[in-house]
Amino acid sequence: MKTDVGQPGLVIPDNDSERVRFEGLTDEDLAQCVHCGLCLNACPTYRETGLEMESPRGRIYLVKAAKEERIPINETFLKHIFLCLDCRACETACPSGVQYGKIIEAARGEATLVKPGGTIPRSLRWLVFKQLFPYPRRLNVLANLLRFYQFFGVQSLVRRSGILRLFGKLLEEAETLLPKLSDEFYAPPKVEIVPARGETKHRVGFVTGCIMPYFFGETNRATVNVLTRNGCEVVIPKSQRCCGALSTHAGARETSKDLARQNIDAFEPYDLDVIISNAAGCGTALKEYDVLLESDPNYAARAHAFSEKVQDISEFLAEIEVDTSFGTVAKRVTYQDACHLAHGQRVRAQPRALLQAIPGLEFVEMKNSDHCCGSAGVYNIVQADMAQRVVAPKVKNIENTSADLVVVGNPGCMLQMDNALAAGGVSTRSIHTMELLEEAYQAAEMNGNGADGKE
Amino acid sequence: METRELVGRLQAVVGAEHVVYLPEDLIVFERDASIDAQLPAAVVFPRTTAEVSEILAVAGELKVPVVPKGAGTGLSGGAVPEENGILLSVSRMRDILEIDEENRTALVEPGVVNLELSSEVKHLGLYYAPDPSSQYACTLGGNVAENSGGAHCLRYGCTINHVLGLEVVFPGGEVAWIGGKAPDAPGYDLMSAIIGSEGTMGVVTKILVKLLPIPEAVETYLAIFESVPDACEAVSSIIGNGIIPAALEIMDQVVTRAIEEAHHVGYPYDAGGVLIIEIDGMQEELDEQREAILSLCREARAREIRVAQTAAEREIVWKGRKGAIGALGRLAPNYYIQDCVVPRTKLPEIMRFVEDVAERHDIIIANVFHAGDGNLHPNLLFDVRDSDQVRRVITAGEEIISACIDAGGSLSGEHGIGTEKQEYMDWLYSEEDLEAMRKLKRAFDPDWLFNPTKVFPTGEGPHAAKIHIGKAPVHATAAAVWK
Repeated sequence: MKTDVGQPGLVIPDNDSERVRFEGLTDEDLAQCVHCGLCLNACPTYRETGLEMESPRGRIYLVKAAKEERIPINETFLKHIFLCLDCRACETACPSGVQYGKIIEAARGEATLVKPGGTIPRSLRWLVFKQLFPYPRRLNVLANLLRFYQFFGVQSLVRRSGILRLFGKLLEEAETLLPKLSDEFYAPPKVEIVPARGETKHRVGFVTGCIMPYFFGETNRATVNVLTRNGCEVVIPKSQRCCGALSTHAGARETSKDLARQNIDAFEPYDLDVIISNAAGCGTALKEYDVLLESDPNYAARAHAFSEKVQDISEFLAEIEVDTSFGTVAKRVTYQDACHLAHGQRVRAQPRALLQAIPGLEFVEMKNSDHCCGSAGVYNIVQADMAQRVVAPKVKNIENTSADLVVVGNPGCMLQMDNALAAGGVSTRSIHTMELLEEAYQAAEMNGNGADGKE
Repeated sequence: METRELVGRLQAVVGAEHVVYLPEDLIVFERDASIDAQLPAAVVFPRTTAEVSEILAVAGELKVPVVPKGAGTGLSGGAVPEENGILLSVSRMRDILEIDEENRTALVEPGVVNLELSSEVKHLGLYYAPDPSSQYACTLGGNVAENSGGAHCLRYGCTINHVLGLEVVFPGGEVAWIGGKAPDAPGYDLMSAIIGSEGTMGVVTKILVKLLPIPEAVETYLAIFESVPDACEAVSSIIGNGIIPAALEIMDQVVTRAIEEAHHVGYPYDAGGVLIIEIDGMQEELDEQREAILSLCREARAREIRVAQTAAEREIVWKGRKGAIGALGRLAPNYYIQDCVVPRTKLPEIMRFVEDVAERHDIIIANVFHAGDGNLHPNLLFDVRDSDQVRRVITAGEEIISACIDAGGSLSGEHGIGTEKQEYMDWLYSEEDLEAMRKLKRAFDPDWLFNPTKVFPTGEGPHAAKIHIGKAPVHATAAAVWK
């Protein structure tokens, strides 16, 4: 008998006694938490609910209690574990150095993805995590089907007909959040290597992301352009796969491990200086491959070497001598700290410094810029109610800045904020840091003092 | 009394979703930031004063014990539930109701987080002064219950010096206002009885606090010494020379190393003692104090004095200091933090005694404390799974308390008595003293339902008996209640 845990597609597996509970999680990991409570108000779900079970300290205590078999691993337990956004704001707040991400992800491993049974949402989850993200060609086919769906009037027909309501609230909500496809997909170049403009100073790998080529083609193009403008030869291995962040957050650790191994195989042969990610969520996952594969004898050392090389694009640009011959961008912008950049990777100052180097750009900080927007991977789909509550103060804080653009280093946040801003009647729109940078370079080129021909 | 009946009555007041009673949920409420643990019967989350009043009426009728709770960051066990009792959490009551810029006051609900109040009024050039180290998370309701202090209380005083009025719901459900915007209400000063009463007299539902103008200038120094007693001497001589800085905080080497790992503040690894000195006020005033303070530190053998040059540098110095207790988690899974106060001039002597105790009992004691107030915080580090170590920690703790009392000091500067220090109350007070206090509590709480097993000694012996972080499965017992 399997138990439904209130999370579509997830169940608690039976034969409880034979399983190792909380794989990879030691008593020391949990003992690191001294129960001081300094994390409480950093946590978006605690701020919303005021409930200790929905706080980092509470969830750690639950895991500790479950591991000691004081409480059962049941629906109630997993409900709290899955209401966490995995935003890691608590890790920033924690003076004791608790690795909360490791704890929550191990706890999520206690639920298992099942094959389709009964409900549509359950099948959808299984389909997405097990059958779609890991396979780039399937994603490609789907993206082309989606293009048909969005560009030939089918979407508006479906939306008007309300037909999705027949399949349940979740699918309907998922459809609403479905982003518009990029006008042009980001097709990785035929050759896997894009040469630097001018002298080659760095040899970098680029992680394109699994869905970014389809929904964020512009972001990827901008990232590669910014890199080549800065003397980077960009290597984009064709055999790279989804980073595995989404499956890790969903508790499907074995899927993530397979993906991690494939990515290590894909990038390893190129002898790269760094491996660049332009999506905060992916970057954090890639930087944690060493933890994910620590018990794999064939990959542990290689995963460590791989993770060491991973950098967020803004982090990398801050370390090299970046070409700042930007043209004028006369816009008022604010910056949203993507959780997995600010908390996951401790990258805060670098993107701000890049933005402030753009002439004409008026930079204004919003209140609580490092509070989560509620996007959190697929959280805004599977936990739509809480995601709405979490994003509400964000919309208000952005509105108070009167910014034209909210700049962010993670595509998921762009979708979530754009939807919420539009719904709230706020005209600010999101943009990825690299797109704004590329815009600044292009502005310079149009004025004839281009980035290429720098004086 | 059946738990089922109690839960039903509470649900009728606040709505079903605002009562927590499932055993696997209740477990996270068994502790605050201290080391004691006890499961409640139910946790209730009221939103309004009226709901609090109704809850207390139900508790009075059913004779169920009540423990009020803020964020649960307290260090003395004040928010640890009572057996078969109600835990009343104010975490949903977190609105700032009024900011009166001209009178410089704010009216807040008890669940408002300490630091959030300051950040809400920052644009008006105002702030709320008491700053306990847990201010990122602790609530103003909890601050009132414990009369919380903080690093800057040396100059500005504790919570009691910043509260002008309170709305209190007394046991049984009666609602009353005490104090107000006009100072010095005639009659007995009930506020002094309520503030610091540790949840033994009622539930505070609204708090009227003073706001202060943000000082024109602030300067922060790190004075580095070879030893903690040297740093203590510097503190004594600064205050002895008539200078009252905003804060004087000492940390020993164990603490500075732990903080350094957590926050990379730039504390030296080899320093025996670090003294944070902060002065604030008018720029001219600071200019006068600066030289005097620096030369007094040098006289006390400071080997180096660093100046935090920017607001960002100051912030990181304080972030390190305020995260000090949590950072100790890097050294051991449990800590027992003490809170004794001694006359300032006795500090060097007491700190040498603490060092000696650590050595004799073979335990690590980390010291981080409000030196200006003579308020020590020896943190006795241990692992609760090692029972011999636990015993040594308790004995060492008792020796320190005893020495502080002998030096003319007291049990607690700001953390409260709670469960942690209750058995030592009769070391400080006579039975007559304690009986007088019990009479005061009974005047508010005749049925003795509010935090009934705390503050006063139980006669059950030393605190060691109380370190009983539960290991028994709770689902078995709870299943019996609910199936």
